[in-house]
Amino acid sequence: MLTFTIRRLILSIPTLLFISLVIFLLLQLAPGDPMAQVPLTVPPEVKEKMREALGLGQPIHIQYWKWIVQFFWIEPQVLFDHWFGTSFAEGKQRVISWQTRSPVMDIVVQRIPQTLWVVGLSYIVGILIALPIGIYSAYKQYSVFDQSGTFITMIGFSIPPFFTGPLLIVVFSVQLGWLPSIYDTTHVVTDWASFKVQFMQMVMPVMVLALQTTAQISRYMRSSMLDNLGQDYVRTARAKGLREGVVVMQHVLRNSMIPVITVIALGVPSIFGGAIITENVFKVNGIGQLLLTALFANDIPMVMTLTFIFAILIVLFNLIADVLYGVLDPRIRYD
Amino acid sequence: MTDQAADPYAALQDKEPPKAPRSQWKDVWDQFKRHKGALFGGGFLVFITLAVILGPYIWQVDPQKLDIRNKDMRPIYVALWNGDAKVGWFRPLGTDNLGRDILANLIAGGRASMAVGWAAMVLALLIGTSIGVIAGYFKKADFWLMRFTDLVLSLPILPLLLVAVTLFREPLRANFGPEGGMFILIVGVVGLTSWMQTARIVRGDILALKEREFILAARSIGTTSGKIIRRHLLPNVVSPIMVSATLGLATAIITESALSFLGVGFPSDFPTWGKLLADAVQRMEQYPERVVLPGILISLTVLGVNYLGDGLRDALDPRIRGR
Repeated sequence: MLTFTIRRLILSIPTLLFISLVIFLLLQLAPGDPMAQVPLTVPPEVKEKMREALGLGQPIHIQYWKWIVQFFWIEPQVLFDHWFGTSFAEGKQRVISWQTRSPVMDIVVQRIPQTLWVVGLSYIVGILIALPIGIYSAYKQYSVFDQSGTFITMIGFSIPPFFTGPLLIVVFSVQLGWLPSIYDTTHVVTDWASFKVQFMQMVMPVMVLALQTTAQISRYMRSSMLDNLGQDYVRTARAKGLREGVVVMQHVLRNSMIPVITVIALGVPSIFGGAIITENVFKVNGIGQLLLTALFANDIPMVMTLTFIFAILIVLFNLIADVLYGVLDPRIRYD
Repeated sequence: MTDQAADPYAALQDKEPPKAPRSQWKDVWDQFKRHKGALFGGGFLVFITLAVILGPYIWQVDPQKLDIRNKDMRPIYVALWNGDAKVGWFRPLGTDNLGRDILANLIAGGRASMAVGWAAMVLALLIGTSIGVIAGYFKKADFWLMRFTDLVLSLPILPLLLVAVTLFREPLRANFGPEGGMFILIVGVVGLTSWMQTARIVRGDILALKEREFILAARSIGTTSGKIIRRHLLPNVVSPIMVSATLGLATAIITESALSFLGVGFPSDFPTWGKLLADAVQRMEQYPERVVLPGILISLTVLGVNYLGDGLRDALDPRIRGR
């Protein structure tokens, strides 16, 4: 198992390098000019100097190499400095955003908590709702609960978040006036009342994202439970007189969780990508919204870094899912 | 002795004339009919497709025509609970803030959304099937094609779509006109980023089929690889391809709407469902129907397609069929 993990980790390095190259080349084709906003009175030779200051004067492969060095060598040093108070990264060039002229990673670090709170919480809520639904509807297959559960998850699967978001805002913010329609990220929780405000503003974005997660995972849970409920070992467990609760919750559930856990792990990065829309609807200033504004502002270093962070998440969670599968299921051997 | 010898094969003869053999597709249809959701889903998909194709001939109102006197009309059903609302039978679903007819816009938007969905789905299927077949059939290509598929699978799709659309909008618009360029771009990026699942499924099936006796028989009489693929392998992988086609249609419609919603889709005077929804969000307190109607259309279409896929999967799986 360990050798497999190490091999996969090493293999993921060329994968990530290739992905970064694809993103970089795609962005190189961008027609947008970062100097477009500079006044026309600025003479061309000054503009050329400004362009070079942004690192645009160099040939493409040097630009790519510099980005690699900045992202994989200098940024970790900055992080190390921040944690241990050393000064390895002193005076070294970091990845700079063209919009704000400040390091990209600093902005990303500012935005990540909002995304993690909303997206992470919604994922957990979604899983917590999905698992019981999936278990019970498989146990009572074709019952009323199963039929309606399957129908509701199918609806949740089909309604896009850019529709559920505005719909919830119309119903709960405009008509009923219960919940705020905009997520206020400057809000600080200090006491019970402010916690209530925070809770209220999180309900809608979390529910919108959780609906998608619930729909997907409960469908997997149901079919995985159904696969296992018909197995011989279940009949044996019943035949030796185990209580129904023990049979379902220990024998069947444990075996059914194996594929579901890998699906849960695989879904984590896609939830980050999907949150771009939800963050846009509820005006959460997380990394999805940051990517969108950077795109419209032609801020190439920011777009490059953010897209690459998403790619790292995908590769990482693919790896985690594969390793988990091997750890949980002794029948699966990679070596 | 003689009467015994009269008909030595009597026991072997059929007592009644044989029934006409049942074809595979009749079995599939019988199973499909039993899935109520799939029937409704398929029916709704056919209905909505016909509605957007034939709609402009029945409801002959120009979706782009500005009619400032009749702007901001409500749908006709609002009159049920609000007698003062500005409604009229000549604008059954109301008008927007420039007086454009919403029903005509929904039909035109549906045309765009469905066209993008179908085209992107077909493109994704073509790419996915060819890569899957080549990887499954030719051992030399397998490793590299599957590594490539894994690589594309680990690309962050939605951010990359956004990047691609914002970057290539201008050159394509200049070459193919604002609508044509955008259509090519969106169909292209959605198709190029959603073929991977099809390729994996098709490859797996081809790998298994390739070892079967009928392929060996075909090869032993000198059938070329191209013929084997076309005559013997492709017909046998039609069912997984059809199932992934339905999923592809659903994702393509949603992705197009999402791009339009984020403001990087079609130009502003070209309606699609996602665009109608996005434009209406600003004033949804006064006119909730402008958000709800396109939203419901998108959701119902995707729901129908998903149910259709579910039913197809059950109907095409011979292990489930007949239960």
